[in-house]
Amino acid sequence: MAGLTKTKPTPPRWLLAELTYACPLQCPYCSNPLDYTKYQNELDTEDWKRVLTQARKMGAVQLGFSGGEPLTRQDLPELVKHARELGYYSNLITSGYGLTEEKIIALKEAGLDHIQVSIQASSQELNDHIAGTASFNHKKEVAHLVKKHGYPMVLCVVIHRENIHQMPEILAMAEELGADYLELANTQYYGWAHTNRDQLLPTKAQFEKAEIIAQAFKEQVAGKMKIYYVVPDFYEDRPKACMNGWGTTFLTIAPDGVALPCHSARELPGLDCPSVKENSVEEIWNESKAFNFFRGTEWMKEPCRSCDEKDKDFGGCHCQAYLLTGDMHNTDPVCSKSPHHGVIQAAIDSAAASSLAENEKPLIFRNSKNSKLLS
Amino acid sequence: MSINPELPIQFSRTHRLQWEEAQQKNVILYPEGMVELNQSSSEILKLCDGTRTLAQIVSDLEAAFSTSGLTNDITDFLEVALQNGWINQN
Repeated sequence: MAGLTKTKPTPPRWLLAELTYACPLQCPYCSNPLDYTKYQNELDTEDWKRVLTQARKMGAVQLGFSGGEPLTRQDLPELVKHARELGYYSNLITSGYGLTEEKIIALKEAGLDHIQVSIQASSQELNDHIAGTASFNHKKEVAHLVKKHGYPMVLCVVIHRENIHQMPEILAMAEELGADYLELANTQYYGWAHTNRDQLLPTKAQFEKAEIIAQAFKEQVAGKMKIYYVVPDFYEDRPKACMNGWGTTFLTIAPDGVALPCHSARELPGLDCPSVKENSVEEIWNESKAFNFFRGTEWMKEPCRSCDEKDKDFGGCHCQAYLLTGDMHNTDPVCSKSPHHGVIQAAIDSAAASSLAENEKPLIFRNSKNSKLLS
Repeated sequence: MSINPELPIQFSRTHRLQWEEAQQKNVILYPEGMVELNQSSSEILKLCDGTRTLAQIVSDLEAAFSTSGLTNDITDFLEVALQNGWINQN
């Protein structure tokens, strides 16, 4: 492993504070771990303040309040205020559920910079089905209020086989709601999305059609709205540069205080991810086994080791290598140079067969009951 | 989209310009993103306060740094800033 590298790592820039795994929604592609119900012991307000202070001192500047649904934490305004005093740029990543005009104003006064609202589809019926909760009209109302109170607004729509045909309507909705940024996030297949992949993964033809529509829209709204397009990596032949390189930029703190190099890393075996209850952020970032595990290129096997693109994509995503090949040290199988690349086509074929089957398996929604069944 | 010489230029209300001690540089912060600025870009943006036009920004910076001929460089940078939404003119 690369823990032997003696050069001091670059400091964290991005802190993702997963305040809670509690969420009123049940999205079947949730990136939280399947066994999230095991981790009930949430950090308290003072723990979070200490973490924010320590990470800021190291140089973290972008801060995401996420979850679960971060609005379920009653101390959110207090944490936002602390973050603002430290000089963070605070992003609230929310479903909008439970967000009122009163709270939007209170968070603005506390110093919140930006609110990202997720919408699951462009129609009420599909949104409420995917979210597992009647929430569509409230989300649209929240989007209007976010704009009304002067926040930049990011609308986030996770794209998958159930809603990809709505791409034109999704774009029209973003324009109608006055989004400053639209994040079109093709589903990444970890956590719950991995479990539901046969029901969620679109065909290549569906992807390409949606991408052409989104690209044309991007040119049409240039200067008014920015589009963040999260690529569907199953249809790429090179892997994503996961987390901008392991332990270089991103620090995630899970609700129970476990520090993760990426928000999915909890499912990797043997990392011994440290906790902010026992160690300072600086010790965790610079010295822990978990954060040093995939730093640099020493850990690489072939074909990564001799690849001239290894400094560009860092071997891709370790969680994907683990989930799809059983070994997190392997090259991300999305890469066409990977000897395991065939598993990607097999996954695509399996999803296509599932979509044509007479009795398609139902989606497994993200809720406590299913979490307990699956863990 | 280009700079209107008649109108004052102001830094965007939905972005934040701030000094980062850890990086020893100014940065622009916006939803889920950050741009690191060099010294000259920072000096230009600090003058985008909603009172100065392009010509006034140029003359103030030329005076501050006892130089001349900055018009083209400053105009080019502000065009980029406008495209990126860091500044606006109303």
